[in-house]
Amino acid sequence: MSAWEQALSRLEAGAVLLSVWGEGAHVHLAWREGGSLRHLAREAVDREYPAVSARMPQAIRLERALRDEGVLTPRGLPDSRPWLKHDACGEPYPFLAVEGEGLHQIPVGPVHAGIIEPGHFRFTCDGETVVRLEARLGYVHRDVAGLMRGADIEVAAKLAGRISGDSTVAYAWAFARAIETALAITPPARALHLRAVMAELERVANHLGDIGAICNDGGFPLMQAHCAVLRERVLRAAGSCFGHRLMMDCIVPGGVGADLNDEKIRTLTALIGEIAARFPGLVRLYDLTASLQDRTNGTGCLSPALARRFGAGGVVGRASGHDFDARRDVCYAPYDGASFAVPVLSAGDVNARIWLRIKEIEQSLGLLSHFLTTIPIGATRCEIPPQDGEGMALVEGFRGDIFLWLALEEGKIRHCHVRDPSWFQWPLLEAAIEGNIVADFPLCNKSFNCSYAGHDG
Amino acid sequence: MRKTIFQGILHRPLSEPPPPIAGDEVISLARALDRASQRQLGRGLAIRAVDAGSCNGCELEMHALGNAFYDLERFGLRFVASPRHADVLAVTGPVTRHMREALLRSYAAMPRPNWVVAIGACARDGGMFAKSPVCEGGVGAVLPVDLWIHGCPPTPRDLLSGLLTLLPQ
Repeated sequence: MSAWEQALSRLEAGAVLLSVWGEGAHVHLAWREGGSLRHLAREAVDREYPAVSARMPQAIRLERALRDEGVLTPRGLPDSRPWLKHDACGEPYPFLAVEGEGLHQIPVGPVHAGIIEPGHFRFTCDGETVVRLEARLGYVHRDVAGLMRGADIEVAAKLAGRISGDSTVAYAWAFARAIETALAITPPARALHLRAVMAELERVANHLGDIGAICNDGGFPLMQAHCAVLRERVLRAAGSCFGHRLMMDCIVPGGVGADLNDEKIRTLTALIGEIAARFPGLVRLYDLTASLQDRTNGTGCLSPALARRFGAGGVVGRASGHDFDARRDVCYAPYDGASFAVPVLSAGDVNARIWLRIKEIEQSLGLLSHFLTTIPIGATRCEIPPQDGEGMALVEGFRGDIFLWLALEEGKIRHCHVRDPSWFQWPLLEAAIEGNIVADFPLCNKSFNCSYAGHDG
Repeated sequence: MRKTIFQGILHRPLSEPPPPIAGDEVISLARALDRASQRQLGRGLAIRAVDAGSCNGCELEMHALGNAFYDLERFGLRFVASPRHADVLAVTGPVTRHMREALLRSYAAMPRPNWVVAIGACARDGGMFAKSPVCEGGVGAVLPVDLWIHGCPPTPRDLLSGLLTLLPQ
């Protein structure tokens, strides 16, 4: 049995697919077994190879995007429509057919009613009930991979931090870790602690924003008003301590670009104290508002079986019983020396996804206190040696595990592939909304909060 | 819930005084804003946001304008759901090829007079994505821009100070 075939058998036996991508005449496959990351590349004879998605449905969109590049053909790809390259299929886009008496369609987007990223949703409804949702993405495709090819490490690091602005810290960390793995270097311990402080601040800020926004979509803006105040406090503290409210470009290969002095540590400690004091009141407000609970309970259920099958990470996966967190399971520094719980729920509805965020904020506050009180003294950055190499990383962002693989040649990026957690979450949103009413779509969508920019690349 | 509401009434508001108008971040008003049209529109401006390829960073900071600290609506500025109700088109991103048509259609749907505000480093000239073959290289390549607000992303204060220049002084 070839190594490729063995890898596919392991995937069928329970290993989790991380990504599939092309590089010239080679096709790459990455997966994880527990917390160990595995990678395999093979040459595609005559530019063809047997499609991974013929056996693993979660790879369908990845291989559609791979095929869009026009170099490789995955043989037996179950869905051969173009994905990220819109002009490859002409207009109108062939949405999947839905047949039945009295069905009607609602097209939404790419420009949505709000300050939201662009994407198209095609609802087919029977009265108020959604029979099928099909998403069409790719509107924010900027070809980040193409821009990274041949780029200096420094430029590519900045591009990585701008793939998805809400996860800029997690992306920059994934990129830095992949570079460090490729070159077999370890950043100073102080830098690793500072990275974790930034990553947890990013998680807390985004979860606060999401909890508020979901409740707002359920017609309860009071929650959003209060969550937005706490979120703003986090961003202001990040701005004053790291020099950028979203902490963009603060993590660099080899270490970090910003340091914390005692005064800044006090600022962050005070912030954690304030959130810890105010957040429980908001959680009670959510828990005791029956009219809001009525909207979130039992809405947008994602079954644990589907979440597991797609290897969905992040809040979406963990609210449906998929017990994986790269911080604990891949166990990268400095999380290897920290104690924290990974909350997991099984209901899989909007309510579960809200509660999971609540519990994760509580854990992150604990982690922040731990990291701030144990920051080692020393350098914040190490040298990047001019060597060739290949490296990959899996970093837990607020949305889930971000996978990044790269190859260095003569000090430049030969190829960099990034897989946002949304790749395995977007298809599940289509399953979760089925049978719900159209008016509950904002709740479902916001509780998933998949990334458009991260997905489109 | 009652407790939360009472606390809200008893505490001083968090809203801060507005930032100085036309700070360094706002480099130019490419088209002088006509006084008559300002009088016509009064102190209210409806803004329609279009993400034309942003990383979502600019959107996060635009969202922040609605929080209690900045409270955009007290200045008569508000985000609306349809370009047909908008005076201002706030565009972010380098304008991807896939968003070009949707952006042009949003602009065409707006009543006149109207203004285009390009938000962020990508909207200015494509930013980090200027060399991408699937991006247009900034909002100016597609639409006539009246106001540029810089930053990657601009802070809510930058945004507020820029947007306030659209209102009569």
